[in-house]
This record gives sequence, C-alpha cells and structure tokens, in this order.
Amino acid sequence: MGLLDKKYQDSNIIIVSLEKALNWARKSSLWYMQFGLACCAIEMMATAASRYDFDRFGIIPRSSPRQADVMIVAGTVTLKMATRVKRLYEQMSEPRYVISMGSCSNCGGPYWEHGYHVLKGVDRVVPVDVYVPGCPPRPEALLQGFLHLQKKIMNETLVAGVDPDKAVVIQDKGGERIDITNVDDTDEHKKAQIEFPQQDVQRKKEGA
Amino acid sequence: MKTTEELHQLLSETFGDETVTLKADEKVAPWIVVKPDRIPDIAKFLRDGDGLRFDSLMCLSGVHYLKENELGVIYHLYSTTEKHKLILKVIMPEHEAHLPSVEQIWKTADWHEREAFDMFGIRFDGHPDHRRILCPDDWEGHPLRKDYQVQEFYRGMKVEY
Repeated sequence: MGLLDKKYQDSNIIIVSLEKALNWARKSSLWYMQFGLACCAIEMMATAASRYDFDRFGIIPRSSPRQADVMIVAGTVTLKMATRVKRLYEQMSEPRYVISMGSCSNCGGPYWEHGYHVLKGVDRVVPVDVYVPGCPPRPEALLQGFLHLQKKIMNETLVAGVDPDKAVVIQDKGGERIDITNVDDTDEHKKAQIEFPQQDVQRKKEGA
Repeated sequence: MKTTEELHQLLSETFGDETVTLKADEKVAPWIVVKPDRIPDIAKFLRDGDGLRFDSLMCLSGVHYLKENELGVIYHLYSTTEKHKLILKVIMPEHEAHLPSVEQIWKTADWHEREAFDMFGIRFDGHPDHRRILCPDDWEGHPLRKDYQVQEFYRGMKVEY
C-alpha cells in the first residue's frame, strides 16, 4: 500500500464504491496472453523488457488463456490463425479485454488489398477494446494503449443497462439514490450538468 | 565440374534424346527440360553418378504458365563436392499436373513439394505426407495460380477488405 502510507490520521477504513474498488483492482493487474504473430511481437517484447518495463503497471505475460485478462493481438492475423485467436479469446475468463496492436490487426495493414490469406482486422472475429496504430507501434504507443485500456476499465459499472463504452453520467440525487445512465450529447444532458454541477461526473470513453 | 551442355549430353546418352531437352540460349542460365515420368530415375542418376554427385536440392519450385495452360516444377541442383549446378524443369499440362516425388532422393523435397502442391495444385505421386503446408487444410484453390480467384468467405470470415 505504498501510495497510501501515512495518509490517514485516525482510521484505516477506506470508504469507496464497490465498482471503483473492483475496477481499480482489475486495471492494476492486467495479465496479457503471451503470444505474438509478427514483427509487432518484437515491439511487445521490447515493451515487456527492462527499458520500458510493463511490470511497473502490473502487466505481466501469462501463457494460459485461463489466467489472462487481456489479449494483445500483436501482428498479422492470417485467416488460419484467426480461428485460433477466436478460440483463445473464448478460453479467456471474463472480464477480458483485447488490444489490437499495429496496422495488420487493426485493418489488414499492407495486406489489405492483395493478401488473400490475411484477416482484414481482428475486430471481425473478436471485440477489440483499444486499437494501437503503427507499423509496428513503438513501445511507448503500446504503453499508451494500455493506459487507455486502464481508463476504460475505470469506467466500468455494475449498474445494469449501462454500456461502459458510451459516455456515462452519474447523478447523486441525495440520500441513497444514485443514478447512473448512458447519455448522448443532447440538450437534456447539458441541462443535467447545469443542475448538478458538483455531483455530475461525465466520463467519456477515452480508449478507442 | 561439368557444364549444363556436358550434363545434357550425358543424360541424353543414358536416358534417350526424347527424355531430355536442352535450352541453352536462355538469358539467366541454361536448363534442361525433363519428361515428368522419368524424373526419379534422372534424379537418382544425378545424385549417385560418378562425377555428378548432385547431393543438394537447393530449391524446388512451381510455376504456372497461364497462356500455355501448363504447370511446371523447377529443380535447382548443386553438388557440394563437384561444385557444379544444374537446373531441371518439368512441364505438364494443367489438367494432368502430377509427377513422381523426389522426396526419397532428396529429403529437402518433402516440404518443397508440399508447398508446390499447396500453391499450384501440382500432385507429387508417392509423397509420404501429401498435405497443404501453408494454407489451412480446408482452403479452396491454389493461390499462386495466375487465374486464382480468392474465396469470398473462409469459415464465415469475409476475406475481402
């Protein structure tokens, strides 16, 4: 608990909303599926090595999909591999996330037109949370992708019917009642912001 | 060390004029065209014959001759002891593109022949493991044929962009 050492005067009880605690725990230990498909994997390995050091974010490789939280699709996804990528994704336990790393897995990359054997974007077989552009992306870019994923995870909510991918508004109506709803950028939402300037927290999707 | 002309002379004496044809005035290197059914005998002769000793199959590749409706297999041979090279070609009509395997003579040919089968649909009779090597087993067509049309879907995944 290094960050919290000696921050409190009299009590060691911290009051926090359950979903915030869950999200904080989830984002702080993103273990990723350890496999690479092409040259992006070299950059991924560099990101994991001592110079860029994934581990300082709690990100470490796992060799089993059962123990992995996030899949980094690092490289060209051939149609032959796509069936395996899908199976690996299905074997991961929830909550699970996908980072699409590099142009190939984002959209087919240089193979988009004549690559008869390449899947034109891994989002055709698995849902992607964060797209990292580049060919291949530098380690900094991959780290940025992870930071975006962490922000996205912090937006998750236990409330039914709320899509964490969309903008969220939390309205503290006083007492025990807290409304969490999806909002669009409508006039009604702007009005809500004016009415509840202190309590209204709008959280935008910052990832993709 | 022998030139292609000398090797052709030797082969036509051993196997007959109608089996081997010399193409001497080619731009890059001369080659010898061989009848498909005689390729194992010729390969064995070239590997074991005194002064020949082609112990290395450097490359085995396929070609599609679209205009002629023909498929070809090219053998690049090298002798590590005699230090000479030879190019053999086998040319077959598209509708009966099969020839005996040389996997028993040069083990290198195993995966090369599988690749030629995968990419061009050339069949190698007597190959011990005659499967595709790069494309998935349930892939349709042979991608390096010049009239290849890619399938629209593979296992429900759209192939085109």
